[in-house]
Amino acid sequence: MMAETAQAPKNVKFVITRQDDPQSSSYTEEFDLPYRPGMNVISALMEIQRNPVNAKGDNTVPVCWDSNCLEEVCGACSMVINGKPRQACAALIDNLEQPVRIEPMKTFPVVRDLVIDRSRMFNALKRVKAWIPIDGTYDLGPGPRMPEKKRQWAYELSKCMTCGVCLEACPNVNAKTDFIGPAAISQVRLFNAHPTGEMNAEERLEALMDDGGIDGCGNSQNCVAACPKGIPLTTSIAEINKQTTKHMFKRWLGV
Amino acid sequence: MRGFYSRKIHSLLGVIPLGGFFLEHMLTNFSAVEGGASGFTDSVLWLNSLPLVFFLELFGIWLPLLYHGVYGLYIAYQSKPNLNRFKLERNWRYTLQRVTGVITFIFIVWHVFETRFQVTLGNVKHEELGGLMHNIVTQPLLLTFYIIAIVAASFHFANGLWSFLISWGITVGPRSQRVSSVICLGLFVIVTVMFLVSLVTFRDSEFQTTATALQSLKTFI
Ligand code: HEM
Ligand code: SF4
Ligand code: FES
Repeated sequence: MMAETAQAPKNVKFVITRQDDPQSSSYTEEFDLPYRPGMNVISALMEIQRNPVNAKGDNTVPVCWDSNCLEEVCGACSMVINGKPRQACAALIDNLEQPVRIEPMKTFPVVRDLVIDRSRMFNALKRVKAWIPIDGTYDLGPGPRMPEKKRQWAYELSKCMTCGVCLEACPNVNAKTDFIGPAAISQVRLFNAHPTGEMNAEERLEALMDDGGIDGCGNSQNCVAACPKGIPLTTSIAEINKQTTKHMFKRWLGV
Repeated sequence: MRGFYSRKIHSLLGVIPLGGFFLEHMLTNFSAVEGGASGFTDSVLWLNSLPLVFFLELFGIWLPLLYHGVYGLYIAYQSKPNLNRFKLERNWRYTLQRVTGVITFIFIVWHVFETRFQVTLGNVKHEELGGLMHNIVTQPLLLTFYIIAIVAASFHFANGLWSFLISWGITVGPRSQRVSSVICLGLFVIVTVMFLVSLVTFRDSEFQTTATALQSLKTFI
């Protein structure tokens, strides 16, 4: 604390893209906030909420955003920071070039300011049946065991927090296509790898062979570079390419 | 459901038969380097002596090209390039795959019009194609256009092969995709050089002809 107070006060400049409601057009507003050691984009937004004054010194409406966990596990705070889609709670100001430019991830419908509607992510999970059906009218007993080696890579896939960064990074996810995006494809690989989930593998593959499915991928491979969880998305996509291709031939040949 | 199959067909046609034809075209042109004007004419005549050549062209070139080309334009139109945000090597290739597709499309329309279509119209005989090419590549502007198109089409073919291997689940992990990147880059270089060497060879005076039909075509061009 001593060291901090001894430091000369400095300011951090923010340029925030705002939007009042889903229909209205966006505009930018600048803010000058006092620097505090360890501050991140969320704490900066909290500061604006506490004292909603913009860089011109005018009173303004606080900027709206979404966040929950504040430790990069829920995905709610995803936004575009200095051109890169990422989690605001993990974006330390010390590591960012200034002015810090903050925009909503416009691949998704903007609700207000930085708040977006990620429903399509969750609808995609429903569409591909990203779960393992085990409910029945009687006890089915224990399922088959998963080999440890497989468990290890499957665990990596299970880290997905449905944040939507990979969709924002993908040049094929846009208003002209209905591409489901990398995240759901990777979840199909996860659930198809599970020894019990495997029993419904074909249902998931067929969901991805439907409109807006895996054929939407154009191999730009931005997703794997952008994913904050380091999920091997392009390996998942290629693996599902393999599974759907096999399934296609199997269906044709009536095997 | 329909999107999946039409996309698979687009991908397959890019390699079989179009990729195969592209390599065949490269070798035919290269016979001009190896055998001179007569060597090139022999290759052209041999190709046209193949049985059912009309159907070979129709199902091996025209229809696949029409399908892959038109659908390819649509795929390119649907993309929203974001190189400004993601300056990554793979994203560059993704973008270039679409740009080179469009260049290739424009080039092929023009190239087929001034060569193969003129044969169909009866303005040019197969034996005169070497001379026709000579007239084209001795004009600096057209030579430049051809060079750009060769580099673009070769990139589109080689990088397309890389992406084909992923689309069919043949190269799955990052290592195999890296190895195939290197192989396809090598293929890009080899194909580009072979086409370019042939192109320059057509500038040789031995390809010059005095056929009146060609002269008129030259002024037309
Ligand atoms: C006529 C103009 C053409 C256009 C507009 C065009 C367009 C495209 C586009 C946009 C793609 C990207 C598909 C994707 O990655 O999602 C593509 C892929 C491809 N193209 Fe073309 N193309 C053309 C001609 C050709 C020719 C002549 C060849 C053969 C030499 C070829 C071979 C390929 C291959 C192998 C792929 C990769 C397929 C895949 O990723 O699954 N294309 N084309
Ligand atoms: S795969 Fe990665 S980038 Fe995509 S939604 Fe999941 S955590 Fe986010
Ligand atoms: S608030 Fe949960 S990831 Fe940022």
